Amino acid sequence: MKKTLAIVLAVIMCVALFTGCTEKTDGNDTAKNNTFKIGASGPLTGDAAIYGTAVMNAAKIAVDEINAKGGYQIEFNPQDDEADGEKAVNAYNTLIDWGMQVMCGPVTTGSAIAASAEAYKGRVFCLTPSASSTDVTANKDNMFQLCFTDPNQGTGAATYMSENMPGHKIAVIYRNDDAYSQGIRDTFYAEAQAKGLDIVYEGTFTKDTQTDFSVQLTAAQAAGADLMFLPIYYQPASVILTQAKAMNYAPTFFGVDGMDGILTMEGFDTSLAEGVMLLTPFAADADDEMTKAFVAEYEKRYGETPNQFAADGYDVIYVLYNALLDSGCTPDMSASEICEKLIAQIQTMSYDGLTGKAMTWGSNGEVSKMPVAVVIKDGVYVSA
Amino acid sequence: MNKLKKHTKVDFATYLGVIAAWGLVMLAQSQHWLGRSTMGLLVPICCYVVMAISLNLTVGIMGELSLGHAGFMGVGAFTGVIVSQSLAVSVASPTLRLVLAMVIGAVLAGITGFLIGIPVLRLRGDYLAIVTLAFGEIIKELITCLIVGHDENGLHIVFNYNGLKGADDLNMTPAGKIIIKGAQGATGTETIATFTAGVILILVALVIVLNLIHSRTGRAVMALRDNRIAAESVGIPVTRYKMTAFVISAAIAGSAGALYGLNYSNLVASKFDFNTSILVLVFVVLGGLGNMWGSIIAAVVLYVLPEELRALGNLRMLIYAVVLIAVMLGTNSAGGRALFAKLIPHRKKREEV
Repeated sequence: MKKTLAIVLAVIMCVALFTGCTEKTDGNDTAKNNTFKIGASGPLTGDAAIYGTAVMNAAKIAVDEINAKGGYQIEFNPQDDEADGEKAVNAYNTLIDWGMQVMCGPVTTGSAIAASAEAYKGRVFCLTPSASSTDVTANKDNMFQLCFTDPNQGTGAATYMSENMPGHKIAVIYRNDDAYSQGIRDTFYAEAQAKGLDIVYEGTFTKDTQTDFSVQLTAAQAAGADLMFLPIYYQPASVILTQAKAMNYAPTFFGVDGMDGILTMEGFDTSLAEGVMLLTPFAADADDEMTKAFVAEYEKRYGETPNQFAADGYDVIYVLYNALLDSGCTPDMSASEICEKLIAQIQTMSYDGLTGKAMTWGSNGEVSKMPVAVVIKDGVYVSA
Repeated sequence: MNKLKKHTKVDFATYLGVIAAWGLVMLAQSQHWLGRSTMGLLVPICCYVVMAISLNLTVGIMGELSLGHAGFMGVGAFTGVIVSQSLAVSVASPTLRLVLAMVIGAVLAGITGFLIGIPVLRLRGDYLAIVTLAFGEIIKELITCLIVGHDENGLHIVFNYNGLKGADDLNMTPAGKIIIKGAQGATGTETIATFTAGVILILVALVIVLNLIHSRTGRAVMALRDNRIAAESVGIPVTRYKMTAFVISAAIAGSAGALYGLNYSNLVASKFDFNTSILVLVFVVLGGLGNMWGSIIAAVVLYVLPEELRALGNLRMLIYAVVLIAVMLGTNSAGGRALFAKLIPHRKKREEV
């Protein structure tokens, strides 16, 4: 019987373990009434950590700038979601307990789809810096994007190629177990067919086979491709660049926003990325005042050049803050009240940020702004 | 009660413990003691507890190391999502749909387990571990190639073997709804999983597994684990008993998967990879091989731990790892055991359960 007792006690202890941790939730409601609570979720550990970290770093810069000006203050709480839908829901719930009023994120697509379903039910306004699938915003009136959608990136890349690089033989290598990569490839393929581009080879890989691309590269070379479209993240792209170099195969590489981050990747020889083109809304070498100030501050704080994700994160905070002020929200309002006001506000406003001038939003949650093609020269982005 | 066998007492205590935990959580929920983050953890905890029970049957009772258990969970999860989404109109009650999803998920995962078991259970030890790992990955890749939609004419399924097919190849009527979009997974799933359903699933899994262990089949399976040659020599059919245990284990994992799949509006096949299999294996090993209540507690504690450590920011994964190592050392070294014995002075030497 002692053992029985021990088991029952153990179970009770386990339950006590996680009920005990929730008492703090009520204590936070009496927050200072001039502070908005903005929560954020993104991958701070794991494969996609560069994206999450860049967004959070830049968002902190924006928050500090706003707080330094006085007026309504922002309290910012970034949570790790490991780019995993399950963890993103956990992070979202943690933020709700903390008292989040508006959400910046989630940063990656899979997380954003999972967490936005919860945010839709819970009526929390979300503006994601970089979750680009249309599934993120589909049927959710409170979910908005600051980045281009996947269809826009795919069609944008095809349009750019047909206008600026006609007559090339194109190879595509994409990851077919990834929503982001598959989504861009599908729209690129459709638009390329419409524009009459010559796709000579398509190769696929998965999460488990992203360490070796010799098969795909050899096939692309054999097919005579001289332009390679890579709608993938930067880690596999770095392997492709390295292996292509090793086999003396030098097509023009063309990436999308997932390629961003390759220059700050640890252990990657940036000379390999020389001449890589990518479609991004942000170039760190742009000479407007806002970009210069942001880049200088980011380099000072974190010792590296900000990528597009950082710029997205910075813009999200300012868009949210401006929308909060312009719609007359006050920090004592509940998340659902703020949500309704911001949904109306964001569709009427226009914002000039790092990642585009005169950004506007439609009721489907998508942003409208112009993509810019950049090319990597001497380890930095230069407008192409 | 003293007339009951020792293992019967432990079994009943396990059931009671689960029911007591459910009662406590329901009480805490009605009194609003639980925060959103804790509430959000309840269903995934149930899923992982059931997964741990199921894997413990394979690893602890049958003594075969399976590294592909997340594959069965994936089969159950996607089956559950398809069942629930395609019956959304014809079966109005979410509870009934959840039950149907879990049952059909279990059946399909069981069938998958049977098919995999035919070649795999001929192997032993390391070889079996390697092959189950491979099958787990194959299941994941196959799900990645699936495109499934539903309209008034029924289910439409396309197998996207060359990566060039899309939702248009389903040939659905305009009213049709896409349920699974290949690599992009299932999105827009109606989330109907509940904590109570999860606890009932745990209890059902426990009843099945614990009764199996103490049945003729269970004794035969354990005899095979302990000494295959001796067991064979007294006429125990190896394949039949191993297959029974393996299929039951896969079916339980499938129902856990269905519950999991219906708890999130977005589900991708890459979730059910090697890492998830290892995560569940860690629950089983830390809880004690063959020890069902140990698995339950290990799954709960190890799932909750990284979430509760969020306050520590970047250190949380480090602390999680340190706790894992500490538990391993503490429960497995002579010094650690002596310490436990001191803490519980009258505890007699444990009998084999």
